Amino acid sequence: MEFGPYLMLATLEGAVTAAVLSLTAVGLSLVFGVMRVVNVAHGEFFMLGAILAWWVTSLIGGHPALGFGVAILCVPVLVGVVAVATDVLILKKINYDPERTIVATIGILYIIQQITLMSYGPDARPIEAPFNTRLALPWIEFSGGQPQLYWPWGLSTTTYKIGVIAAASVVLTGVWLVMVRTRLGLVMRATQLDREMAMAFGIPVERVYALVFGFGAALAALAAVLIVPIQQAHYLMGGDPLLLAFIVVIIGGLGSLPGTVFAAILIGVSDGIISVFFSPTLAKILATLLVALVLVFKPNGLFGARRA
Amino acid sequence: MSDLRKSLCLHVGLLAILFVLQFILPAYHHGNLARIMVLAAYAVGYNILFGYTGLLSLGHALFFATGMYGMGLLINQFGAQPASALIGGLFAGALISFFLGLIALRTEGVAFMIVTLMFAQAGYLLILYFGAYTRGDEGFVIQQAERMLWNINLSNPTIRYFAALFVFSISMLATLRLVHTPFGRVLIAIRENEERAQMLGYDVFRHKLAAVVLSGTIAAMSGAAYGLLFGYVGASFASVQYSIFPLLWVLLGGAGTVLGPFVGTLFMFYLIDLSSGITSAYMLIAGITLVLLTLFAPQGLVGELRRRVFRWLP
Amino acid sequence: MTKSNKTPAKSTRRAALKTLALGAGGVAAASSLPLWARFASAQSAEPIRVGFQVHRTGIGAAYGRWYDRTTTAAVELINEGGGINGRPVEIIAEDDGTDPKRGAEVIEKFATQHNCDIGFGTLFSHVVIGSAPRAGELKLPYFVVSEGHHVASGMLNRYTLQPGITDVKSQVQAMAPFVADKLGKKVTMIFPDFAFGHDHRDYFTAAIEAQGGQVLEHIAIPPTETSFTKYFPKIPRDTEVIYHVMVGPAVLTFVKELGEFFGPQRPEMFGFIDSLEAVDIGSPGLEFLEGTYFWEGNPRYAQADQSSYDKFFRERVNVDGNGASLSDPKDVSTYAHMFGCWETLHVVKAGMEASGYQGSMDRGKLIEAVEDMTNMPHSNAHPQGAKIFNGKTHQVFGHQYITKVTNGKLLLAHTTSIEDTMYPDEVDYTAQPL
Repeated sequence: MEFGPYLMLATLEGAVTAAVLSLTAVGLSLVFGVMRVVNVAHGEFFMLGAILAWWVTSLIGGHPALGFGVAILCVPVLVGVVAVATDVLILKKINYDPERTIVATIGILYIIQQITLMSYGPDARPIEAPFNTRLALPWIEFSGGQPQLYWPWGLSTTTYKIGVIAAASVVLTGVWLVMVRTRLGLVMRATQLDREMAMAFGIPVERVYALVFGFGAALAALAAVLIVPIQQAHYLMGGDPLLLAFIVVIIGGLGSLPGTVFAAILIGVSDGIISVFFSPTLAKILATLLVALVLVFKPNGLFGARRA
Repeated sequence: MSDLRKSLCLHVGLLAILFVLQFILPAYHHGNLARIMVLAAYAVGYNILFGYTGLLSLGHALFFATGMYGMGLLINQFGAQPASALIGGLFAGALISFFLGLIALRTEGVAFMIVTLMFAQAGYLLILYFGAYTRGDEGFVIQQAERMLWNINLSNPTIRYFAALFVFSISMLATLRLVHTPFGRVLIAIRENEERAQMLGYDVFRHKLAAVVLSGTIAAMSGAAYGLLFGYVGASFASVQYSIFPLLWVLLGGAGTVLGPFVGTLFMFYLIDLSSGITSAYMLIAGITLVLLTLFAPQGLVGELRRRVFRWLP
Repeated sequence: MTKSNKTPAKSTRRAALKTLALGAGGVAAASSLPLWARFASAQSAEPIRVGFQVHRTGIGAAYGRWYDRTTTAAVELINEGGGINGRPVEIIAEDDGTDPKRGAEVIEKFATQHNCDIGFGTLFSHVVIGSAPRAGELKLPYFVVSEGHHVASGMLNRYTLQPGITDVKSQVQAMAPFVADKLGKKVTMIFPDFAFGHDHRDYFTAAIEAQGGQVLEHIAIPPTETSFTKYFPKIPRDTEVIYHVMVGPAVLTFVKELGEFFGPQRPEMFGFIDSLEAVDIGSPGLEFLEGTYFWEGNPRYAQADQSSYDKFFRERVNVDGNGASLSDPKDVSTYAHMFGCWETLHVVKAGMEASGYQGSMDRGKLIEAVEDMTNMPHSNAHPQGAKIFNGKTHQVFGHQYITKVTNGKLLLAHTTSIEDTMYPDEVDYTAQPL
């Protein structure tokens, strides 16, 4: 494929990755930013979202759009509830101590993974997308000095992938609006800025924490529901999203939601584009080292203003 | 008896018990303990950086794998003798940890975690990339014939046990010594309050770098020993879970204690082994145990002992 | 102490007495004698303990499940027929988490704690390679069912054998003539960027070039990749055949996105069923595979000329004519690999009987007896097809099958000869000391 169309394809694919990644990462960023804890089980909430989506759609049957619609509405809530339970039962009791939280969330990771393995099993199962038609995309070439449209071989995307990008954008805008325009968002930001002051102002910090934890997990689950018609639901699928989400949050800068989104787009799209130029494994090596180097020179991330 | 004497007795005592166990233990546990001791050395190395200096690295698998592959490739590709291969692996580990330290120590906290993680991931991918030499994820075998160290057969169970004990002893005694030196105390000071240590005039960066190199070298020694003693070198040892394991073992046993890493490694091993005998859902039991432990024994097993009973434990 | 999957010997309605020889080809039957009488002639009623190293968790878990079921079925059959040398067979299963370190620990457990006679059943190559050294040191005969070329490459030791399943080198090599003849000579290969994929890359490239063909492009995909569209533009326009062998949970995505990329016009496609083991060909998104070809170790769908041995095998492992579980048609089996467990256990039986195996002091004799085996005829013990065992390289060779997706089912298009799959010896384990 010629270079131009290839780049466009890689960018589109990267945009889908970035869309899902930004949702997951924003969820993690909220938890990280407000509660200052490393939730190693964040990827498992992502996985739970996918598994529950499969479960809901296979229960409902009928037209795929029906099952999917129900899934996208209730699965994030379900996962959010599980997360709140985890917070209240475990994390609160250990006082959100950073080291203890790491161990506790590793334990929770094992528990969730194993329960999924025991009930859902080890197979990877697909879900049908609610709508999915192939769209051939045009490219412009100059012939005889005039720009002309033509349809390069293989340059295509699907309506569902575009739908994912659109849905993610809508949700992210919604989250931003909540954070910036509503009282709830104000309370969350206040708690993030200074926990003691927030308590002094009568903000029920513990409840805010539970809410944020649940909300963060719900966002990850939503991302998973969106991606699962493209990928499959598998009990080990939480590992990569966790890693990537962490990187995105740190690179974007702690406590900066726009930074997180920017970093997600950067990492998601560049992953696709670098592989245009280099062999895939080499591309991954370079991308990994690049992330490390960004952090070395900008330890607070690209947009971070506070110390980690 | 002074605290120093007490702790020396305890630790040397442990080594003595381990020595004696060689002759008593049934074959199965004997083999297990050899593995545990080598991995405990890895945990001890990790503990120097995490427990004593307060730096949480998520990339120690890089050092473990460097030692293992350094040793393995020297034997496999260059036909080196085990002794030189071991030293080669050790040296490679020291070198890599030095350079990683130089780069990563410019960050701290979570950024440090991610930078170390990223380098470990890059290391893992490099092993896969050079699959022509490393056989990638499948790994390669070090045949029994190649594992003869100065005419001592390293695949003999008794010899292997003593070799593992030797590796563990070095790392544990080194840490014990370290803790009682000024250098070690500065590390602890850095962990407690880095700015104050700096204001007191200590070169914090040099201390941290030395800690990284020491920690990385011990990890590399453990990796090289594991590969040599058990005959297999593979990329799975460079994956992220082998960076998580030492963190887990150290936290479970007690970060910042000398015995903690050993206790943590031993505990996790038998937790998995015994629960896999009861149910195939043993990771569930492991997960529940971890959660319970952090709820009720936050300082780790040895740490709790130190907090509640034996305050003189180093 | 340890949970062991004891398989109780059942008495059945069948009246004929089964003969102990392999390849008798007769209807498998069990004695109608009660249990005590069946084993009464045994020199010892101590069971033969088979240490089953199974992937219950981790990336291999989907395969492990079917390996488990097939192994249980095989042991049931063997015990119905009086066991081995009059002793019942007992399976002691341990999960290795699809991890080489744990695999090695599990082998030790089999040898030193469970007192197993043999180790058996591993699939993933890195676990095999990680465990084999220990098995060799402990002198535990280690019968693997892994398809890896590592046994025959000489990397392992005399105690590791693979007598029940063919290896990837012979599989790949045997495909080249068909591909070059019937599909096309210009090939683009898409494979995962780790050892398994590299083996395909190396063996197939050499084999297709020997047929006068050419690999236009090698596309290596990183192991944990979940979306593939961005790699497809590297496929050259003049590709005649796409050779794909992706494995892992993302395989369905791979096929779907390949279909979305090509749209209505696609080149010929040849894949390995490893990609779709345990996956229903009729799954949504896989319509793109209609008319494409697959290597199958053992054809999943019962063919028109189904042998009585395949019919028997399906009955015993509870699988229907579509290769899915009889109790759940959505539960598709790993049919192309699991026969390896069945056949390996029957080889173990034959070896133990030929060597008069009494206990662990006879392990060496067991190895030698298996090394002496050559022809294994098509039979209930070897339902996948006839085999030839190479005692020097410890690897078995057999027929390979090529099927075509026709109306949502896989129909047999070609069967290779065993000779097509052979390659020169790379090692002689019999020259090594036991």
